[in-house]
Amino acid sequence: MTNFLQQVVSGLASGGIYGALALALVLIHRATGVINFAQGEMATFSTYILWTLTQNHGWPYWPALAVTLAISFAGGFGVHQLVVRPVERGSVLRVVIVTIGLLLLINGAMTWIWSGEVRSVHSPFPTRTIDMGGVAISIQDLGTIGVSIGVVILLGLFFRFTKVGLALRAAATNPAEARLVGVRVPLLLGVGWGLATMLGAIAGALTAPTVFLDPNMMQAVLIYAFAAAVLGGIDSPVGAVVGGLLLGVGLNLLGTYVNFVGADLRLPAALSVILAVLLFRPAGLFGHRVVKRV
Amino acid sequence: MRRTATSAGLFAALVVAIAVLPKFLTDFRAQQFAYVAVYLVALIGLNVLTGYTGQMSLGHGAFMAVGGYTTAILMTDHGIKDLWTIPAAAVVAGAAGFLFGLPALRLTGLYLALATFAIAVATPAVIKKFEGFTGGGSGKNLFGVKELTGGIAPVHVLGWKLNFNNWLYYLCWTVALVLYVVAWLLLRGRTGRAFRAVRDSETAALSSGVSLARYKTLAFGVSAAYAGVAGSLFAIATTYVNPDTFPVQLSIFLLVGVVVGGLGSLTGLIAGAIFIEFLPLWAQDISKSPGAPGVVYGVILIGVIFLLPTGAAGLLRRVASLFRGR
Repeated sequence: MTNFLQQVVSGLASGGIYGALALALVLIHRATGVINFAQGEMATFSTYILWTLTQNHGWPYWPALAVTLAISFAGGFGVHQLVVRPVERGSVLRVVIVTIGLLLLINGAMTWIWSGEVRSVHSPFPTRTIDMGGVAISIQDLGTIGVSIGVVILLGLFFRFTKVGLALRAAATNPAEARLVGVRVPLLLGVGWGLATMLGAIAGALTAPTVFLDPNMMQAVLIYAFAAAVLGGIDSPVGAVVGGLLLGVGLNLLGTYVNFVGADLRLPAALSVILAVLLFRPAGLFGHRVVKRV
Repeated sequence: MRRTATSAGLFAALVVAIAVLPKFLTDFRAQQFAYVAVYLVALIGLNVLTGYTGQMSLGHGAFMAVGGYTTAILMTDHGIKDLWTIPAAAVVAGAAGFLFGLPALRLTGLYLALATFAIAVATPAVIKKFEGFTGGGSGKNLFGVKELTGGIAPVHVLGWKLNFNNWLYYLCWTVALVLYVVAWLLLRGRTGRAFRAVRDSETAALSSGVSLARYKTLAFGVSAAYAGVAGSLFAIATTYVNPDTFPVQLSIFLLVGVVVGGLGSLTGLIAGAIFIEFLPLWAQDISKSPGAPGVVYGVILIGVIFLLPTGAAGLLRRVASLFRGR
């Protein structure tokens, strides 16, 4: 039983990370109507910035994180304005190809700038475990869960109660009418990309202490985030987070208790989740069925 | 009629050029050009699906893996000669593609890209898991059985003695050119029209009596069969397969090749195949860093989408119409 609870908690921790990155995917999907295949590489790039600031320049963790988040926001905004905005009215294929170009470009750039060697990034949380009724829970896991849930709540409040949040929702739901009431749509879609990149940076910073930092760090996480977003419904922010947590716990239990799956088949298991959801309930758990008029 | 004659003439010139090219190449270059033919086969397959039928695939490396492993397993475990494994690879990969095409009918655009991408990412892990069948992480060696392959020794073909790389060159290009003609015949007629109708508007295609299910699964099957042949040739060329022979990057590079060559065109794909094979080498001139090819690929991919959405084929057409205009 204690082992089971421990697996659930560590599953929640990795699920929180999947949820954060899935939320980034959902934000961009709502803003631009595409899936950003470069989301993982962008997150890794942000993590490298964090690493450079803390290790090379000796900054303390929290100011370094704040600066990293600011740079990530600017970077995401810039990427949207520079390369996504010109093609976003065209076919989906073209936008997807542009994000794949970004994936290759950013991945290569990281290897170029920081070389392919693995780096270690410190965690802001202590690695000690605390005892909760016989269950040893690491503070790092608790911190990860706390940060991801906190971020989601903050983001929800931002969308609900601020003017920019309202304008963002308007721009994503109905660009033409939003423009009529004076919302600067392209600029706000850029803000959406910036926010998504910030979320990615948080996911990257939470991932890096448990694995090592290398240019391909977020590739597997991105697949899990895809699965989480699809599971929760690609247009639902709440769904992304719930999907992430469900997937994290589910994969962890599957890996522990089903010998055949073990550690090697976690990725294919996530893949089957994607396929099964797309086939049997394409809208996901919380999403809306899209009705298109022709 | 005149256009067909011109195309046939140009194609004959291409065949002659390819036939005499090894005379001017070093052994190493001949091998590189053999890989160009392998990529060409895979690109034709991907273009049938993505360029002509409008179904995006980011997972064609997985179908290449199916073909490559069919060849490797048939050769090492069942003692079948390398040439005969090529049609087998086409059949097995084609069947896999057809079967994947059935659930894929429910997925459109973005979701299909996602599902195929996930397959490409998961393939190496699945190959490693079924160790008894695929040889696991250590892979399978093909040159262990000398009498089954051209191997390291010279090969006798129709009274000619060819060294391994030249034999590889002629094998790959023969297969590629035959499959090129097959694709051309398939796409110019009724089937090709149906494919393009599905791509341009599913609703319009459906209302003119084109069965979406039939033509989409057909496109998946044909496309995967091509990828299977490419994977089989790839295995024969490298004489070795392991799970990392077919990484997710391969699938992405194939998409890059199709976009650079020109979506919905066959001629441009030769440029796309040359691009995939030689770009990593050209990138070395810019920087020795292992990240350089990725950066160059990315920049060119985005640049092509912005400046040249119809790829090399579109550029070619524009130049040709310039001459015809006089």
